[in-house]
Amino acid sequence: MFLQLIVSGISIGSIYALVALAMVIIYKTSEVPNFAQGEMAMLSTFVAFMLLASFGQPFVISFAGALVFAVVLGVFLEFVFLRRAKDPNVLSLILITLGFEMMIYGVASWKWGAEQQSFPFPVSDFDIVNLGPAVVSYLNIVTLLVTLFLMFILFLFFRYTKVGIAMKATQQNMLAARINGIRANRILSITWGMSSLIGAVAGMMLAPIATLDPNLMLDPLLKGFASAVLGGMTTLVGSALGGYILGIIETLFGGYISLQFKSIVAFLIIVLVLCFKPSGLFAKHYVRRV
Amino acid sequence: MPLLEIKNIETFYRLIYALKGVSLALDEGTNTTILGNNGAGKSTILKTVMGLIDDQPDKGTIEFMGKRIDRKDPEDIVRLGISYVPEGREVFEELTTRENLLMGAYRRRDRAGIREDFRRIYDYFSVLEEREDQLAGTLSGGEQQMLAIGRALMNKPRLLFLDEPSLGLSPLMVKEIFDIIKMINSEGITILLVEQNARMALKIAHFGLILENGRFVMKGRAEELLEDEDVKEFYLGIKQTESAKGYQRWKRKKRWR
Repeated sequence: MFLQLIVSGISIGSIYALVALAMVIIYKTSEVPNFAQGEMAMLSTFVAFMLLASFGQPFVISFAGALVFAVVLGVFLEFVFLRRAKDPNVLSLILITLGFEMMIYGVASWKWGAEQQSFPFPVSDFDIVNLGPAVVSYLNIVTLLVTLFLMFILFLFFRYTKVGIAMKATQQNMLAARINGIRANRILSITWGMSSLIGAVAGMMLAPIATLDPNLMLDPLLKGFASAVLGGMTTLVGSALGGYILGIIETLFGGYISLQFKSIVAFLIIVLVLCFKPSGLFAKHYVRRV
Repeated sequence: MPLLEIKNIETFYRLIYALKGVSLALDEGTNTTILGNNGAGKSTILKTVMGLIDDQPDKGTIEFMGKRIDRKDPEDIVRLGISYVPEGREVFEELTTRENLLMGAYRRRDRAGIREDFRRIYDYFSVLEEREDQLAGTLSGGEQQMLAIGRALMNKPRLLFLDEPSLGLSPLMVKEIFDIIKMINSEGITILLVEQNARMALKIAHFGLILENGRFVMKGRAEELLEDEDVKEFYLGIKQTESAKGYQRWKRKKRWR
């Protein structure tokens, strides 16, 4: 039982970790929690679904298409709406992201309706491997592998590529980045595209175990946000770990204590973290000079 | 033709009228310093030229190598070959020394040239090579200042702006930094230096300008300014009070405004 819960915890934790990563990437550059993250991922997942079900495309093309769509969507939102804001403060930017959230939710409800669809996926949740007393489905394994792979790519990107380092530089000091010729606006667009892509992966990994409707990402978004707060909004590694920790705690809570109150754990954790270590468990950060 | 020519610029900082008509021409290879009190508008001149103040200058023109650059984005101005070392250093604290320098060369594509410039900067500032893999936030103030200057040089500038490089450094470190500034200048890079430390600045500069309340009030060769009575009194802190018979003190009182 315990091992089984850990396995499901890691599986759902992967989704939370991806959502948290997507959020933190944007938060670090613009200090805005992007509340439209979930809906953006949901819309991209619907695009994959549309390519699969309505156009009968193979999985590879559909998924690739959805990922491309996700990047375009992220860049589009940043370029068309956020960049137009003149001298924005954090609150107004948050409101803009809430606006996106409602807009995308509306578009998805109008286009695909509120009925629940099942999302076809090449790997089944019912093919299983026995791992001692626990069973692990192929889908669990794929989810974990994809997540780890994506994190590894992100690590390489931020460590070794010029654009990756420039992105970190912009996050740390926008003024200094600009006077070194780094186009801060362009970096911001890339950030949104990347974040949207990661979110879309989370959406497509989640859709086969959940049901596909416009509410798909509502819960994972809040959990992902909670994970990011838990791990620290300023650290990529921390927020990903936060996702796994939250996933495991949540399933353990659901298994041993109360299934009905499972969702409350995330919010309990946010409150506790904000009380005892507001910067998050893994945050190590230079205090910004005023 | 001067390398940089500022003609009669007026800049507003929101509602503050910070520059009230400033003109300045820099010839290639010269080293010019702008002196003035806090709030005189020294840094504002640099920021205006770099395009860091939105929609400013309100009036006037700025030309670099004969082309208008006023109201352009800083990203584009940097690409023309102007580097700016901001006040307070502004290094990327959570990047390593190496990565910081690499960001200075962000616009450049010539790998060989970049490698060469790394070598050159490590020759100027050997301590940076020792600290190559250390996060910039853990460097001392002086080392950070060196890093900021090194990063600006990685852009291969023709014109280098320095905003108070001596701020918060020990006298020994200030001397070291100023020696290097002089050396950079002798290698052909034009320098515009903004300073509070008038004595040090005038010693390495060719020309000096004095700014008060958003206007230049004095201009001359550095040696002349060092000898000027008013400059001595107001900026170098050498005061001459004469007491004729011990009861009357005649104090020079001069206002430029």
